[in-house]
Amino acid sequence: MFMFEKAVVGSRRYWTWIGALFAITFAGFLFYLREHEVGLGITGLSRDVVWGLYIAQFVFLVGVAASAVMVLMPYYLHDWKAFGKIVILGEFLAISAVTMAGLSILANLGQPMRVLNVILYPSPKSLIFWDLVVLIGYLLLNALITLVALSAERKDVAPPGWITPVILLSIPWAVSIHTVTAFLFSGLPGRSFWLTGLLAPRFLASAFASGPALLILLTLAIRRLTSFDPGREPIQKLSLIVTYTMVINVFFAMVEAFTVFYSQIPEHMAHYEFLFVGLEGHAPLAGWMWTSMILAVISLVLLITPRYRNNEKILAVACVMVFLSLWIDKGLGVIVGGFVPSPLGHVTSYVPTLPEIAITLAIWAVGFLMITVFCKIALTVREELAGSWLMQ
Amino acid sequence: MSMDRRRFLGVAGLSALAIAAQSSLAALARGRQGAGAAEAPAATRWAMVIDPKQCLKDEGCTDCMAACDKAHNVPHFPESAHEVKWIWKEHFDKAFPEQGSLYTAEAFRDRPILVLCNHCDNPPCVRVCPTKATWKREDGVVMMDWHRCIGCKYCIVSCPYGSRSFNFFDPRPRIKELSPDFPTRTIGVVEKCNFCEERLAKGQRPACVEACREKALVFGNLYDPASEVRELLRTRYTIRRKPELGTNPEIYYLV
Repeated sequence: MFMFEKAVVGSRRYWTWIGALFAITFAGFLFYLREHEVGLGITGLSRDVVWGLYIAQFVFLVGVAASAVMVLMPYYLHDWKAFGKIVILGEFLAISAVTMAGLSILANLGQPMRVLNVILYPSPKSLIFWDLVVLIGYLLLNALITLVALSAERKDVAPPGWITPVILLSIPWAVSIHTVTAFLFSGLPGRSFWLTGLLAPRFLASAFASGPALLILLTLAIRRLTSFDPGREPIQKLSLIVTYTMVINVFFAMVEAFTVFYSQIPEHMAHYEFLFVGLEGHAPLAGWMWTSMILAVISLVLLITPRYRNNEKILAVACVMVFLSLWIDKGLGVIVGGFVPSPLGHVTSYVPTLPEIAITLAIWAVGFLMITVFCKIALTVREELAGSWLMQ
Repeated sequence: MSMDRRRFLGVAGLSALAIAAQSSLAALARGRQGAGAAEAPAATRWAMVIDPKQCLKDEGCTDCMAACDKAHNVPHFPESAHEVKWIWKEHFDKAFPEQGSLYTAEAFRDRPILVLCNHCDNPPCVRVCPTKATWKREDGVVMMDWHRCIGCKYCIVSCPYGSRSFNFFDPRPRIKELSPDFPTRTIGVVEKCNFCEERLAKGQRPACVEACREKALVFGNLYDPASEVRELLRTRYTIRRKPELGTNPEIYYLV
């Protein structure tokens, strides 16, 4: 495969990391075999909560994938040279996140072997059809862009001109993947929690905060672990993006809460009550939701204050907080919250089971495996290039 | 067996042609069937009127549910999280949450009411299905193809009435009394009330309607002005579940 030979040569630390990720993946796969054999009954899902951790991860990861645009757009549209060295990391993140999102969907299907029916019997009225179209398109676009950019870098030449329109196309395309994902939820009668036009903008804002936060952490980790140093500037610029998008995200959440609680429509308030204080004695997510809120507030203080934001150690802490806060909010709250109470008013608690968690962890392990291998290839290419450059 | 290139290409070409012809013939045949099916029911729109007062005469009665379960091989899962339900009883305030505070509902509050798939005129489940595994017939019956369903459960998410169930486990060992006349389902697919389309095809009324001793369920053609359902809708006041959502349910409840 393309430059894959660079990924099979590495240090002991590299192989330990790869081995650990493989082990997690394998364990999750065994659990998946069991789910496939016995049925989705081994998860915490039920009649009333038919989508849980898997779909929540899917939504969150589509957001992470879309957030690559936060690096691409400044670099290609606004010529922010600072992002030159990390733009490829954004692409890697996008490709890995789309793959993880796809795996999450598969884990949720009752009949995964029939998944191609979505293509065999295309149903343009269904948002799932469009989600599949935009996600596959996004994966292909990003794979192509990365491949072309990387091979140009290896040959030490400028990327060919025809790739520019492809890159430009990938920018609105990134917005589309998360918009369509929000439309999966925001157009359903009888699901008042999601029935708001603000859902897509909220999804985008939280994605554009959590994705770049992850990218900052990734860049800091790579700088520590390898000889690759993108410098201070791209991290500072990214931190500015995280700050703005996090502020917008919290603003959107407050706007939504106002409509729900000032209108006092019981059906609309019930979902928030379930999430934050519990209903009929069921409050499985209350602790999580409050943690998410507190993390959001603290991270905002750290991000908005320039003194803290410019300190990379504090910035890293703030980024972890942003990521955790938004993962809880979107990876647990937004999806599960919409199911409880059910349209009939039944309150069914949902707690993911061990198999479900193991399968989800395996999906994350696959993603990290992909990012690791991609980074290894790209960094080796750069090191070799730097090496040959020195020798000349 | 020896075969030169020309001969191989010839055979390959003929095979491809044969496959293409077969699939287009099949498509034609399907088209003809579709047209035939569309002609007859154009004058039919099946609907049901439920009389809760009659139904409540014997509150513990489960005849309609038993008849449905038997006719359709509906599996029985004991835990409520994994239940499969085609027709069942729901508390009044759950079936009609928006009516909960009305004094007129006092007679029914905390009493069970029969619910089933509403066979909506504008069904969200059909809209969201990514494989056309669920669709609405000309006569209004919302159908399902259990062989095409991929088990994404989007239809369950979209249904405002909780009328769809997912097979979290293999349903076959959970069937009380196997009926050979109706297909069983596999693990991982969604199922729901089919308005007894298999009985309608034979000119029979749905099993639940037949089974009710109190005649609390009335079934008929909404497009026929002389039908019993139309007579009831003309003369009595009826309500439907969540009409404000625009799904146009075709199950009516007498007040």
